[in-house]
Amino acid sequence: MTEIRRFNVKPLARVEGEGALRVRVQGDAIEIAEFNIYEPPRFFEKLLVGREVREVPDITARICGICPVAYQMSACHALEKALGIAVTPEISQLRRLLYCGEWLQSHALHVHLLHAPDFLGFESGFAMAATHPGLVENGLKLKALGNRVIEVIGGRAVHPINVTVGGFYKAPSATEIRRLVPELEWGLETCLSLVASVASFETPSLEVDYESVALQHDSDYPMTDGMVVSSGSARTDSLRIAVEAYAEHFAERQVPHSTALHSLRRGTQTPYLTGPVARMNLSRDRLPPRAASAAEACGLEFPIRNPYRSIVARAVEMAAACELAAGIAREATADIAPFRIDYEPRAGSGCHATEAPRGLLYHRYRLDDRGLVAEAEIIPPTSQNQAQVEEDLRGLLPSVLRLDDAEATRRCEMLIRSYDPCISCATHFLTLSVDRAAGEREDGTE
Amino acid sequence: MADRTASVRKPRLAVFKFASCDGCQLQLLDACGQLMQLADRVEIAQFLEASSRVDPGPYDLGLVEGSISTAEDVERIQAIRRDCRFLVTIGACATSGGIQALRNWGKIDEFLSAVYASPETIDALATSTPIADHVPVDFELRGCPVDPHQLLDVVTSVLLGRRPKVPSQSVCVECKSRGTVCVAVARGIPCLGPVTQAGCGALCPTHNRECFGCYGPAEAVNLVSLTGFYEQQGASREHLTRLVRGINGYSEAFRCESDRLQEEPDGVSTRERA
Repeated sequence: MTEIRRFNVKPLARVEGEGALRVRVQGDAIEIAEFNIYEPPRFFEKLLVGREVREVPDITARICGICPVAYQMSACHALEKALGIAVTPEISQLRRLLYCGEWLQSHALHVHLLHAPDFLGFESGFAMAATHPGLVENGLKLKALGNRVIEVIGGRAVHPINVTVGGFYKAPSATEIRRLVPELEWGLETCLSLVASVASFETPSLEVDYESVALQHDSDYPMTDGMVVSSGSARTDSLRIAVEAYAEHFAERQVPHSTALHSLRRGTQTPYLTGPVARMNLSRDRLPPRAASAAEACGLEFPIRNPYRSIVARAVEMAAACELAAGIAREATADIAPFRIDYEPRAGSGCHATEAPRGLLYHRYRLDDRGLVAEAEIIPPTSQNQAQVEEDLRGLLPSVLRLDDAEATRRCEMLIRSYDPCISCATHFLTLSVDRAAGEREDGTE
Repeated sequence: MADRTASVRKPRLAVFKFASCDGCQLQLLDACGQLMQLADRVEIAQFLEASSRVDPGPYDLGLVEGSISTAEDVERIQAIRRDCRFLVTIGACATSGGIQALRNWGKIDEFLSAVYASPETIDALATSTPIADHVPVDFELRGCPVDPHQLLDVVTSVLLGRRPKVPSQSVCVECKSRGTVCVAVARGIPCLGPVTQAGCGALCPTHNRECFGCYGPAEAVNLVSLTGFYEQQGASREHLTRLVRGINGYSEAFRCESDRLQEEPDGVSTRERA
């Protein structure tokens, strides 16, 4: 008899939402490698039907308390296309500033409190604080700075209330925006040091031939706009398409072990990667200068093929967010006018994608004759990454089978956390479990 | 005194999640600086969002985020209640069923098939309901999201054995004390400020927009009178139904009013009938 080992973790800690890992291995054969998301479904796509356009960003924000801005931004842009309106460059600029705040707070939370404890050998950020007080303190300060940026533009850090289709309910105060500059300059310096320090973390070895998928902008690091671009891989061709063609190339599929749908490339039916690593693999030449230099200097190799190195990509993006935000804030000389573009309710359809902290976030809406939502479709980054997580697990397992159960499980959990999965976003949640049946083990031949 | 506290074991805190966006737990994490000072006085026995450590109960204080929406949830909340000396719900989902309670007015099969190709594999109840519909709750903290200062006050209050200092007046009072021009009277925008519990600092009216009820209904409010006023100003019942049936739409006061408005879509207002 060949030994059967099971690695199960449910629920998974230090991730956003409820998820689990389920692995079963017999000898060297991987029988099951599942990233389960069992977060209860909340049916946002259905409960948006019949609502007014203006209500949509307030509702979609509630999909995720960690990245509400992303859900508001993708919704607003898609609905503006459906309504046939375009916002001014000044409104777009403040939206980017708002989004920088979200990237900074979301990444700061993940890097410092959720992910770093894995590398440094702690159960939590609280536990890490005793021996690494500076790291934890800076993490909390950077998180608070990201929140502050969101508050200045959006009125509230979690579920901002000043964001609306067409712009803002009230012009964000230019005085308040400029006051952010010194803090953002501190943030940039702190993040640049952070890049060097997380780049020195020892990472488990794993090489994956990723198909990276992200938005790409002509000149800027991708955030609120751009073409959908894929690097391609040994299995798939590269791609450069308008967001309107997204559904022709990518499809969601329901799998029995998850309340979140899996996304795959159509045709090849293969997983792909979205998020900070994919963005850096595709658009590192568009990083602002100081973040770009830090990425260059820290020894990160491109394309990034080791998922554990995502912590470095996040740190670089935090630096980029501070650098971009400081640039925008310095230019805020007067309150913007107009701060909102008006529209009339009408029928129409529109889709848009923006780059949430965790990756590409696609929204599509159809409005009826009265301008109410007739149909909504939302594809969050975590459901897109889910299939890739499972493929990475399969790649990782052969190298951890020599380890004891606890360590093997820990490596699997750490891999899943590298993706910063957002299970509430994915409509469901993740649990990782690794357990070896003792009886089966004793009978094992190994 | 010092000797006595030193000899007493630390109170044990646990945080639990049901159907939700994680935003209220995030408020707790955002208060991490204070939380870590608190950590000297409190043992954080379970907080999965932040820590891999999972210590079994009993707990002195359980904070519950999220609503009950699956058969498994119904069982789990019973076990959590048994494990917790004090049980406090945090946020709109746990306190009123949350935005996902909008499904309570629909047919669950339609919701499932709208999102999933194979709905039979999904565990979802027909309703999303507040925690207090299932087990006794010692205190409900409102907000979507909860306010971090109120959250810390509740945690410290429970641990010190005093009533939390959470306001019970309406958003209207906060608006007046900030000197904000009334969006309902001056601009004719239907606003839930007069009937919504305070806590946000009247955030929305200060941004030229209506309150949409993040903190749920305040005590002893008259929604019929308020929506009647907005109707006189020209608002449609359909619009008012949507406004009341939002983030906290399933809380009793809001639920009764949106049902009444929907039952008489273009009908005569109750006042006129009388």
